Amino acid sequence: MEKFQKLTGIAAPMPLVNIDTDMIIPKVFLKSIARTGFGKNLFDEMRYNRDGTEIADFVLNKPQYRNSEILVAGDNFGCGSSREHAPWAIADFGIKCVISTSFADIFFNNCFKNGILPIVLPQEQVDLLMADAEKGENARMTVDLEAQEITTSDGEVIKFDVDPHRKHCLIEGLDDIGQTMQKAESIDTFEAQAGALRPWV
Amino acid sequence: MSPKTLYDKIWDAHVAHEAEDGTCLLYIDRHLVHEVTSPQAFEGLRMTGRKVRAPEKTIAVPDHNVPTTLDRAKGIDNEESRIQVEALDKNAKEFGVHYYPVSDVRQGIVHIVGPEQGWTLPGMTVVCGDSHTATHGAFGALAHGIGTSEVEHVLATQTLIQKKSKNMKVEITGKLNPGVTAKDITLAVIGETGTAGGTGYVIEYTGEAIRNLSMEGRMTVCNMAIEGGARAGLIAPDETTFEYVKGRPHAPKGGQFEQALEYWKTLFTDEGAEFDKIITLKGEDIQPVVTWGTSPEDVLPITGVVPNPEDFEGGKVEAARRSIEYMGLTPGQKLTDIEIDTVFIGSCTNGRIEDFRAVAEVVKGKKIKDGMRAMIVPGSGLVRAQAEEEGLADIFRDAGFEWRLAGCSMCLAMNPDQLSEGERCAATSNRNFEGRQGYKGRTHLVSPAMAAAAALTGKLTDIRDLL
Repeated sequence: MEKFQKLTGIAAPMPLVNIDTDMIIPKVFLKSIARTGFGKNLFDEMRYNRDGTEIADFVLNKPQYRNSEILVAGDNFGCGSSREHAPWAIADFGIKCVISTSFADIFFNNCFKNGILPIVLPQEQVDLLMADAEKGENARMTVDLEAQEITTSDGEVIKFDVDPHRKHCLIEGLDDIGQTMQKAESIDTFEAQAGALRPWV
Repeated sequence: MSPKTLYDKIWDAHVAHEAEDGTCLLYIDRHLVHEVTSPQAFEGLRMTGRKVRAPEKTIAVPDHNVPTTLDRAKGIDNEESRIQVEALDKNAKEFGVHYYPVSDVRQGIVHIVGPEQGWTLPGMTVVCGDSHTATHGAFGALAHGIGTSEVEHVLATQTLIQKKSKNMKVEITGKLNPGVTAKDITLAVIGETGTAGGTGYVIEYTGEAIRNLSMEGRMTVCNMAIEGGARAGLIAPDETTFEYVKGRPHAPKGGQFEQALEYWKTLFTDEGAEFDKIITLKGEDIQPVVTWGTSPEDVLPITGVVPNPEDFEGGKVEAARRSIEYMGLTPGQKLTDIEIDTVFIGSCTNGRIEDFRAVAEVVKGKKIKDGMRAMIVPGSGLVRAQAEEEGLADIFRDAGFEWRLAGCSMCLAMNPDQLSEGERCAATSNRNFEGRQGYKGRTHLVSPAMAAAAALTGKLTDIRDLL
């Protein structure tokens, strides 16, 4: 997995609440059996007309936001399905950090598996970052995972929380499966005990 | 010992390892797999030379992409869909997991096949790369959706890295009025809590109205726990559960059943156990409901009117405005004046035999409205066979419904069953998101009986007017 340490980049504002996984990547694009190539269809129905031309006023189509690496979004971002194609599309587009007041549970988990940092902040701080993002490409934010700080284009510093284990895995780019396999003995022991207690499972 | 919730008990019984910071390896008893979220996970195993740790606990079935038309034996036209289903055929065989291919009469929607075959049992942990895994919580199993990286993790290790969620109780007291169903309960709860109200929680549904539901109804309620944002929904197992499970192909038999039963009877929330959040609704207050917007929280009783965006607060004002425009509605319009052109009955929410019995009761001896496109899609081949045997299929065909083969169908536009631009559908499925049933398609979520009523009248209809 790609490491996430410190990022300075353009932040795109998407204040709409309840942005769901069907908006992030419509299911017609879930048919690939690969993990890559979803970025061009990120937010497909909001981003393109039916004939494939771009919808000019969609944020990521505006010249100043085309290279965004951070997304500041409305409440309950990523609600809906478990599709990991949603974070795959976000990462493939080049966005590495999403900031909102809340995220849907499965989407939130999926981000960490793909080198994306989802940050939860109170409404007023999200409002402040949304306003900063509205300024466009001259307003670059910095997200420092080690220090757990976001620095706005005006130099204002906002602290954020992150689970220590997940932080460690993102910074080091660690693969979960490899780590869990080091605990194979615990799993073997559990399996034997549970098998004796609940042989019908 | 301090009193525990049902969730606490199942959680504690499955922790294989706990790190100092509380991160746990949770052992997984059943891993359900379908064709959309698994190919990259199997590919990951192949690339790293890993095996499936417990193929005997892994069950695969194609459902999202499969056509539901009667001629589907001829194969899948769409090349990408066909490749996904073929990839599952190949992966299931190569890694030696249980498999129900498209040609098997037991094939169907993964969340209907699991319980039907007795794979889902009380007290288990069940995961699947699909958010509606919450369905299995109806058995008192801890069941939730996972992403593809986690699918690969479970395949390789039979565990999931988890932190414990908080406990939430949703109590539905008293009795339901005629015309009110499990679907109305679960939608009414989401209307109350919002789609993020359950985020961070596992919900246990309790109360007389829940106890009185069949297993089918309980599955409908738990299925949509995810639409309320919860990690999982649970209902404590009881005689209704044990009766349903007994005799299923993969349920324990004989002495082992008795042993299991003894354990299952310990699966309830102890007196005095604490919940972090409690919501109580009176069963008598719940009415037949319908969604008007593009979020499952956009719920109103069928007697209501389309709301005005200005009635909301914060970010919801803009979301409601966008929804109403997308749905082609006008604030103040009576919900029963909304004309529909399509009816979809099926999905993991409402594709079980009891749902079809409810539909048959409404449409028996009647005809659907002229020009209406109405389809009924069973959740599994066995549900279809049972509906044929009970004479329900004849009632549907006589009324003018298309009676299909099993699959996810029009719940999500990944197969040929889709809405066209501007089409408006009364659907028994679970999501009314923009484009969910097809590009620019419009979805109103309802119960099976309400969908049946709409098929007859051509409008969203209060089922109580037809009782």
